Amino acid sequence: MATHTRYAPDRGLTVRMTATMFLLGLVFVVFVGLVIGIMTAAHASAAAIILVAVIFGGGSAFISLFYSDKIALAAAGAREVSPKDAPQLHGIVDRLCALADMDKPRVAIAPARMPNAFATGRNSKNSVLCVTEGLLYHSDLTQEELEGVLAHELSHVAHKDVQVMTYASLLAIVAGLLVRFAFYSEIFGGGRRGGNDGNAALLIPLIMLASAVVYAISFLLIRLLSRYRELAADRSGALLTQNPSALISALTKVSQGMNRIPTQDLRAAEPLNAFYFAPAMKLTRGGGGGGGGASLSALFSTHPSLEKRIEQLSKIQRELGQVGQDPRGLK
Amino acid sequence: MGFLDTLFGRTKPVQPKLDDLFGLPSAAVQLEAAAGFKPTGSGSVSFRAPEGKPFADIQKEVLELLDMDNGKPGGGLPVEVTKDTYGYTWLVSNHLSDEIDALVTDLHAVNSALVDGGFGPQLLCTLVAFRDENQRRLSLVYLYKRGTFYPFAPLGGGNNRDNALELQVKGVLGDDLRIEQDLTRWFPVWGAPGL
Repeated sequence: MATHTRYAPDRGLTVRMTATMFLLGLVFVVFVGLVIGIMTAAHASAAAIILVAVIFGGGSAFISLFYSDKIALAAAGAREVSPKDAPQLHGIVDRLCALADMDKPRVAIAPARMPNAFATGRNSKNSVLCVTEGLLYHSDLTQEELEGVLAHELSHVAHKDVQVMTYASLLAIVAGLLVRFAFYSEIFGGGRRGGNDGNAALLIPLIMLASAVVYAISFLLIRLLSRYRELAADRSGALLTQNPSALISALTKVSQGMNRIPTQDLRAAEPLNAFYFAPAMKLTRGGGGGGGGASLSALFSTHPSLEKRIEQLSKIQRELGQVGQDPRGLK
Repeated sequence: MGFLDTLFGRTKPVQPKLDDLFGLPSAAVQLEAAAGFKPTGSGSVSFRAPEGKPFADIQKEVLELLDMDNGKPGGGLPVEVTKDTYGYTWLVSNHLSDEIDALVTDLHAVNSALVDGGFGPQLLCTLVAFRDENQRRLSLVYLYKRGTFYPFAPLGGGNNRDNALELQVKGVLGDDLRIEQDLTRWFPVWGAPGL
């Protein structure tokens, strides 16, 4: 065979990601079944609430997906740069895109001092890759480390992560809206119900409860999925540059850089957290005795722990150093 | 990328397309006839050297292979190895200006050695240099992953490109070579060795 890859796909990661998505789908099916059940049993009022939540939730998800690049750029206060403005940055992206045979995203620079980068956009034609000034000018990243960060972000674009995560979050958005709507109608609609229908009084709290449970479960699953997507982007990025060592040291440096910056700055960056190369806002870990605190924060985190990411990259490092160990029988 | 790859966040390494490279000699004839550009005899292959020993071994083999015919007619000068500021390795092969066939054979030897070693996805581009009577510089860049060529004409010392010349060459070679139609992929290779 003329075409072969030297690296076996990471089956463990694929299996875990499949399981997560299956669970999300399962929750979705159960939720839809529940909603239909309630709708048929209920009154127009409950049905209307659900309908409004679905329309609002779906609509807002669609809009945020469609304008994800513009929204994220505006939130970060970033400006697009031309090849003349940032020749070196464009040069790295040009070459990585040629290696990976993908469309070149637009390139932007955000004024934040913390070293970080993100990529967003609904598809490869409309995506934008943004790095902070902190990453370019104020961190001591070498060219190879910067390239590692950019390769990680380009992998997010190639994997269509913004789309995948939007679809995955759709359920949580609708469920979250339902909780809110049901809550408001409980408060404001309480007087009107009167002796009209005894069922309706029970229905609204029921929807609220179900939605709250669905929201909680899907929230955890989405965060889990997000962590797997980060690992997948690390892996693809390292295989693209063939330089996992540079990505490891970039990760270490960026994480350290994040810790040096005052909290105020990080809070401003928190809405973009899920997109970033390294998380801007970490949930505080329980100190010495807080083993439970640490695992809880890991559960809610959008990014895997630094140790986990480094561990995976070290595995790729070892694969690159091996001769004749290829499972496909390469000489 | 397939649906499953998107779902699982995988990227398959992209394999290079090598065959279109052999269209270069006839394109060189056409380029000289229509635009007055002659090959300088210099060409280079650019790739991303992975870390680790297996690749270093293969690179050494390739160099030995290319330098075997030094001194013989058509053998050319020893191959130069340089690393650019972006971390890519360039193997530069120098021949006489009328030995473009031998040059292309050399370039192809590098490609196929890397592909046989399983390092095909690391190939970035190949560059063949041309010059006209006014010493204007032009190079044809072959994108391995696309299997297409594009012209790159640096202008003066700064980072300027002669876009008019590039588009003229695109028109001239349209029938001989597969020219990259997506202009956003015509990335500049400033300071490429052998240019």
